[in-house]
Amino acid sequence: MDFIGAIFSPKLLSQIFVGLSRTTILFTVSSGMTLILGVLRIPNVAHGSLYMIGAFTAYTTSMVFGGGNLGFWMSLIIAPLVVALVSLISERGLFQFLYEREHLMLLLLTFAFSLVFGDLVKIIWGAEYKSVPVPPAFQGYVYLMGGLPFPLYNFFLLLVGPLVAVGLWLFVNKTKIGKIARAAAVDREMVGAVGINVSWVFASVFVIGCLLAGLGGALVAPTVSVTLGMDHTLIMETFLIVIMGGLGNIWGALLGALIFGLAQSLGILIWPQFGIVFPYAAVIVVLLLRPTGLLKSTW
Amino acid sequence: MEKGFFKSKGMIWGLIGLIILFVLPGVLPRFYIYLTSIILLTGLLATSLNLVLGYGGIFQFHHAVFYGVGAYATALMIIKSGLTPWLGFIVGPLVSSLLSLIMGIICIRLSKLYFGMLQISLGSLVWIIVYRWYSFTGGDDGIHGVPIPDIISSPTSAYYFTLIITLLCFIVMYKIIKSPFGSALQGIRDNPVRSEMIGINVKRHQLLALVIAGFFAGIAGSLFVVVDNTVFPDMLFWTLSLEILIMCLLGGWFSFLGPMLGAAIIIVLRTFISTFTSYWTLVLGILMMFVIFFLPNGVLGYIEEKLKKG
Repeated sequence: MDFIGAIFSPKLLSQIFVGLSRTTILFTVSSGMTLILGVLRIPNVAHGSLYMIGAFTAYTTSMVFGGGNLGFWMSLIIAPLVVALVSLISERGLFQFLYEREHLMLLLLTFAFSLVFGDLVKIIWGAEYKSVPVPPAFQGYVYLMGGLPFPLYNFFLLLVGPLVAVGLWLFVNKTKIGKIARAAAVDREMVGAVGINVSWVFASVFVIGCLLAGLGGALVAPTVSVTLGMDHTLIMETFLIVIMGGLGNIWGALLGALIFGLAQSLGILIWPQFGIVFPYAAVIVVLLLRPTGLLKSTW
Repeated sequence: MEKGFFKSKGMIWGLIGLIILFVLPGVLPRFYIYLTSIILLTGLLATSLNLVLGYGGIFQFHHAVFYGVGAYATALMIIKSGLTPWLGFIVGPLVSSLLSLIMGIICIRLSKLYFGMLQISLGSLVWIIVYRWYSFTGGDDGIHGVPIPDIISSPTSAYYFTLIITLLCFIVMYKIIKSPFGSALQGIRDNPVRSEMIGINVKRHQLLALVIAGFFAGIAGSLFVVVDNTVFPDMLFWTLSLEILIMCLLGGWFSFLGPMLGAAIIIVLRTFISTFTSYWTLVLGILMMFVIFFLPNGVLGYIEEKLKKG
């Protein structure tokens, strides 16, 4: 009985919930990246920087609106839109001319963008830590089974995750542009040949993918200290999730984010100093068994 | 093709360059000797990457990890083992190539972009371990004041040591590229399916290339320990890897000396621009965009093109 008691200990349960709320953030960001990878074939290193810009914009927005509930909801709307605008400008300005070039060039171009964005953030917001207040509506705790306190905001994140997934599913499967994008992912020449302006389809997919990075940044802002360099660790995690799930597969990103988030939060429980190693180990195991990811890749 | 044209002229330029490099410590102030040493060993690192990237067509996105691990292995060997420091310079590259072998075995089954993305992620795992393992690696402080043998501890002698080792490595790497193995590697880059058909073991060739590249990156890491006496976790952070990729691109990755030129340009620019502004990465990013759009074959590739036309 002791053994079972240890497995279902409140600490474990709370770590699982922490992992699940982390999954929401990871999924929001990586679904955007996998969308871009699947359709445009760009391994977007700047995705992490867009996430960072999203978080910083959320900070400014919530400051402008006084840090209350209104500020929070406005930041959830404005931050993704600002990021979308930035990505639209970079896509129309530079990326669209390079789609025929090698992946390596595209990767390096996105890296160039991440360098530029990183310094622009430093110029605009400065190098100090910023903290975004948790909105009053989500302060306090909910009590899980066994009276375990769990931050209300993380609970809110748990609800947002499925919303994002369903919204993205509707976009990809039910809207016209989503259908065209899926077709373009398989055979872009054919899509162009039937008279569709592929260039603008690509632009909108790129913008939507980046918008998700911005949304992820806005969502994470109240839970962490917003700082330069927050893009660096996230981008690697996103890469891993996307590979683990299968490049271009949105459900794969969800599955990958779930595995990653849980492995991270439970790993910390097992081995505090090296908890971060567990999600990486999980990825290696997955890829040794299934070299092209868990779910079917669009490549 | 261009080889016949370049051979005699190239030899003369090479000799002039070498003589300049050897008399440099006599004329330059101390800081510039240090800077030239850093350029040489970074050029070695970039060239070792180009071995797999330009000649092998393998997307090795996170090459700096072997540089950093080589440096750490050297430093730790010198500090912790109590054996002769020279042993460290052998252990460093060996550990790097061993790591390269392990990572290669995991990644090699994947195709191009998958390979690159998994490789960059595994490299980050190594970075995390180095960063977190305070008791062994010193964590984010790194290790300072690594004791170096007296003969090569002064800036000038460290410079000569770096120069000679780099030269030797360049000769060996050039021989490797011109060897049957090198030709097979370039054949695989251009057409893996056909190479497989004529009986080349593609994966084994690529794996061997990765191990060789890891070895030379490890040497570059050991040289950094000699020149700077320190190691720190940033040496194996992924942004450095992408910076090396930029060096290869900027210099030209279809020419043997391109990455060295790229390394020289980037390091010189960084040193001088950093004295004016703290936004060096912004400048680097914009510079990269220009190179990607206007110089896709790099500086050396551009010059060769012009020479052919003219």
